[in-house]
Formats: sequence, structure tokens, C-alpha cells
Amino acid sequence: MKDLQGFYEKDKLLNFYRQMYLLRNFEEVAANMYLKGKIGGFTHLYIGQEATGVGAIAALFDKDYVVSAYREHGHALAKGISAKAVMAELFGKQTGCSGGMGGSMHLFDKNVNFMGGYAIVGGSIPIAVGIGFAINYREEELVCACFFGDGAINEGAFNEGLNMAKLYNLPILFICENNLYGMGTGVVRASSVSEIYKRACGFNMPSKAINGMDVIEVYEEILLAVKAIRRGGGPHFIEARTYRFKPHSMADPDRYRTISEIEMWRERDPIEYFSRRLTEQGIADADELKQIKESVEVEVQEAVEFAEQSPEPEWTHLKELVYSE
Amino acid sequence: MDAFKRISLFGIVTMAELTYREALNQALREEMRRDSRVFIIGEEVAYYQGTYKVTQNLLAEFGEQRVVDTPIAEEGIVGTAIGAAMTGLRPVAELMTVNFSLLAMDMIVNHAAKIRLMFNAQVDVPMVIRMPQSAGNQLGAQHSQLFEAYFMHCPGLRVVLPATPADAKGLLKTAIRDNNPVIFLENQSLYSIKGDVPAGEYLLPLGKANVIREGEEITLISYSKMVHECLAAAEELAKDNISAEVIDLRCLNPLDKKTIFDSVKKTRFAIVVNEAWYTGSAGAEIASLINENCFEYLDAPVKRISAYDIPMPYNKNLEQAVLPHKDDIEKVAKRLLMGEELWLKR
Ligand SMILES: Cc1ncc(C[n+]2csc(CCOP(=O)(O)OP(=O)(O)O)c2C)c(N)n1
Ligand SMILES: [Mg+2]
Repeated sequence: MKDLQGFYEKDKLLNFYRQMYLLRNFEEVAANMYLKGKIGGFTHLYIGQEATGVGAIAALFDKDYVVSAYREHGHALAKGISAKAVMAELFGKQTGCSGGMGGSMHLFDKNVNFMGGYAIVGGSIPIAVGIGFAINYREEELVCACFFGDGAINEGAFNEGLNMAKLYNLPILFICENNLYGMGTGVVRASSVSEIYKRACGFNMPSKAINGMDVIEVYEEILLAVKAIRRGGGPHFIEARTYRFKPHSMADPDRYRTISEIEMWRERDPIEYFSRRLTEQGIADADELKQIKESVEVEVQEAVEFAEQSPEPEWTHLKELVYSE
Repeated sequence: MDAFKRISLFGIVTMAELTYREALNQALREEMRRDSRVFIIGEEVAYYQGTYKVTQNLLAEFGEQRVVDTPIAEEGIVGTAIGAAMTGLRPVAELMTVNFSLLAMDMIVNHAAKIRLMFNAQVDVPMVIRMPQSAGNQLGAQHSQLFEAYFMHCPGLRVVLPATPADAKGLLKTAIRDNNPVIFLENQSLYSIKGDVPAGEYLLPLGKANVIREGEEITLISYSKMVHECLAAAEELAKDNISAEVIDLRCLNPLDKKTIFDSVKKTRFAIVVNEAWYTGSAGAEIASLINENCFEYLDAPVKRISAYDIPMPYNKNLEQAVLPHKDDIEKVAKRLLMGEELWLKR
């Protein structure tokens, strides 16, 4: 375990902790709200993968872009969409970050350059290429981080998108969150190359597999990649090895994984692992962490109340949304 | 269901009450037992037992060679099916939902539908692409679409949409034996409905509509889930002594024009209902066929009921407002029969 003392400011570390716990608690509460019928649709939980989203997005500038798939509550919160706006979106309310139009799979907030969750597997990849293209076109020093799952690498969009990104030397960070399954299909049954980062080598793209359960490792690796991209190094590829603790969606019976496999990964819980590190290395004590948790829980409760009390979107408004004037 | 309880050469056809899902599963199982060239290919069809459990237990009976799990690669799935069909197999591809068929549209439209004519009928492409479609479950804009009109627009494809468990079985079995690419559109919201299904060999011809309720004064034409909305509307209309005939088209290609025209000529009023968007819908095609062929029999313009031309919002109330319902059908039927003037004065 790497020593954190002296390398990081305490605030930064506690903020990692706070963010990861925010993602966790937000989704635990959202799952409850789903069971109560307050939230509809599929609802795919990110629980277990928090270190990847938090570590990666912390390594970006505020103005950098993020695109993601449908398991994107965590990315949206980490990028800075408020818990209120995300919860209200899950409730389908007008105050949601997509005005109640998108739902769980389609979060969006232009103010923080969170450019959307997309529910077609692989869909985020070509879109990221376009965002990278625009960044270069305007000669900005920004990066577009593109999140997708291990299942997406087998779609045609992956091949087309990665090739074009490299060909045009675009400032894109591809982050494949390898949680070992695309729905019920294990990576080894879906990809002819099971070490996913190698798939990017065929595009001549710098590529690396990292431990997605360790927020510090994710942060440091992504920081390196992003710096290289900003220097004009073109697209980079990161395979973050992680695990989702919950079923694919709220509708998935989850019969394709063994309990012991899930247990084994739960022992590597990214939040517990990090909190152990913080306390063992004397960076924070249990009380401080408890206080952080409590403040997060208050924030999430307030988000639920906000969502409950918010108005529904209006029919008249809907028709104005189809076309731009 | 009386229509099915007919006497066959071998005695009374035995019925079992099955869900739509079970009826499809039975059809697949029977066809796979009957013909070793039939195989299933798609995402989560084998070990997961099917996303909507339509392929449940087929892996156990037929093994991995005939129930093939794939990566998430719709173009690959359909392409594999085409190649296999061209060389003598009879694939049944499953796409998880119709929304993802767009990623395979090139294989479907540019390849499957064209190969026979383009190569002077030297090969057939005998394959089925099964996929569910529907809206109304708050799945958002990218997961709440109905695409039968896209497929219907393309010559070379058959388009089949069963509305009942018995039809699901009878049409799927025929589709698998058909020598053309068949787009077989199931409806997510129908998987759990129950109905009597004939046991064993039960084949329904493609292109034969079902007059599912007879009536005299107005014809309600639809397919898939909307058949049930039409039946419910007909029930309501009956309370006001209005006798509505309900036609379940079952297939959009081939389209049973005769059944449509005969009914419209009898009732002189027609409403076409589809769950998909209004513009360029299958309903639009059917309404225009009625106008072209039955104009002098009509006492009023053919009406169309559909979803609004709006990408589906997630919000539950708005989603329901976008979609067509039995009340809309009932209201439009009354308005049509009453005449615009009386309706407004009512
Ligand atoms: C094109 C397309 N095909 C199929 C689906 C259905 N589907 C939704 S999520 C999913 C699994 C994706 O797995 P992965 O990319 O590993 O992401 P994870 O769910 O693990 O985050 C599938 C097959 C879809 N949404 N889009
Ligand atoms: Mg995955």
C-alpha cells in the first residue's frame, strides 16, 4: 500500500472519500426509491465501481468533457451535477438535470460539460470522437473522457471510433470500465482478447490496464494519461478493472455469478479499502470519516426531498423540445 | 378463441393455456426438434435464458452449437445469420430489443433484403430476426421505439407482429419455415398475457389477418399490442350500442388487404391504430390503401390513431400522454360515427 502522507493534501484525500461515499449512498437510496415506485425504467447501479469514476474525473479539469453510457449516475455526480438534480431526474421531475425527459440512463448537464449518458451500447464512443474533434478544431487544451463498459468494445462503433480518434490525433481519454460482465456475459465469452487494453494496441494507441478499485491508482494513472493528451499526445486508452456489486439493472436476477465471486470482490470494496488506508496512515480518524458520511447522507436526503417536492414537466413544454426554433 | 377449437382430422385440437412468452418458446423448441438446421443466435439467449426468457431452457436441450450466445454486436449477429442462411442453415436471430436493430440495419436492409433478387434468386435467405418492441415502461427515448414501419418500407422483408399467445406460436413456426428474411416483432408488454394455444403442429399462414371481433358499424384495424386496446375500445363502444369490428393484421408484409377492404366496405368507417409515431407509420400506409381502394364505400375519411411524433420522454405522465390508448380509439370512433357537427354540439 503506497504511503499517502506527504504526497497529497488531506482535503484532497477526504474529498475522494466524500465523493465515493456520495456515489454509494446516493445509489443505495435511489435503489430504495425504485422499489417504492418513485423511480421508473431500468436503473443501473454503479455501486462497487466508485473509485474509477471518482479517481478519473478528479484528474480532469472542470471544463473537460465527459460522456458515458447508461450506468452513469456516478460519473454525473463526480463531474459535479448536484445530487438534487440527479435525483430529481430519476424521479422524472422538471428540476432534474435533463428536465425529467431523460431519466436514469440519460443524465446531462451542459454547465459542467457532462455531455450525456447514452443507452445504446457503444453509443458514447463516436460522440466522444466528435467532441474531441471540436476541441482540436477550436485549439483548446481540453480533454474528452469517454466512459463505456467491457461489453461496448465488441460493437462496430468501438472500432470506428478508436480508429478515427487516433487518425485525427484527438484529445480523448477512452476509459473502459471492465467489470467483467456485460449483462450476464463474462468478458472471456464476449471478446476474443480478454485483456481489453490490448484491443487499443491495434489502433496504435497508448493503452494500459489499471486497478479500478483503488481511487489513488486511478487518479494517478488518469492524470498521467490526461497530461500526455494535453501535450498533443492524442487519444489514450485505460482499462479500469473493477466490479459491480449489484445486478446489471434492477430487473436482473443475477444468476450468472457465484456468491463467492461477489464476496471476493466485496472484500475489495473501494470505499472501505480507502478508508482503511486513511485511518491506518493516520490521515483521518474514524470520527472524521463518520462525519463525512453523515453530511453525505444529509445531502442525499435533501436530494430526495427536493425531488419529491419538484413539479412534473408539462405537456405544453414537451412539444417545444422536439425542434429548435 | 372459438376459431381455434375446430375439429381436425385427428380429433379435437388440444389447447393449453400459455403465456405469449411460453408460446414463443414452444414454437422455437418444436421447430428446433423438427429441423436440425434451425439454430438460435443472439445476446444472452443461451446461459442467461433470454433477456425476456423466451429462449428459456433451450440451451439445456439443444446445446451450445444451436443456442449461441454472442457479444454485443448486432451487425455481427445479423450478418452471421445471413451468411448461415445463404449456405443452408435456418437461423433465428434474437436482437435484445428493436432499438438495437438500428445497429444491424445495414445487414438487414442492404443485405438480407437484397440478396435474393440481386443474385438472381440463386440463393434464399431463410432467417428470422426476433425482437421485442414497445413503449410505456419509462425506458426513455432510446429504448421506447417501434420500428415496424421501417421494415415494412423495405421490399424483400416479411414483417410479422403477433398479438396473442396462439398467434405467437403459429406465426413463429411459419416464419421459421419461410424462405425469406422475416422480421418478427414481439411486444414487450405482451410477454406475460395468457391465452389458449393449440398443442403441437400449429401453423398460421403469413399474410392472413384475423377478424378478432365481428361488428357492423366501424372497423378498427391494428396489430400487436394495439389489438388489445381496440378490443377494449370495442367493448366500451358496445355499451353505447355501437358495433365495432376489430381486425388484427398479424403481418404487415404480406399484408392481407382483402380482409381490410371487405370489412371497410361493410362498415363504411375505418380507424387504423398503431403504437408507433404518426408520420410515415404503418397506419398511414394502410389508411392510404383504403382510400385508394375503398373510397366510394367510405362515409368518412379514414382516421389514424398513433403515438405523437415525439421522442419518448422519461416522465411517466408525459410518456402515457404521448402513447395511444383505448379511450382515444373510443372517442375518435364516436366522433366519426356521429359526424363532426353533432360531435361538436354534443
Ligand atoms: C446496442 C445495444 N445492444 C444491447 C443493449 C442491451 N444492453 C444494455 S446494457 C448491456 C450490457 C453492457 O455491458 P457493459 O458494456 O459491460 O456495461 P456494464 O453494464 O457492465 O456497465 C446490454 C447488452 C443495448 N443497450 N444497446
Ligand atoms: Mg461490463
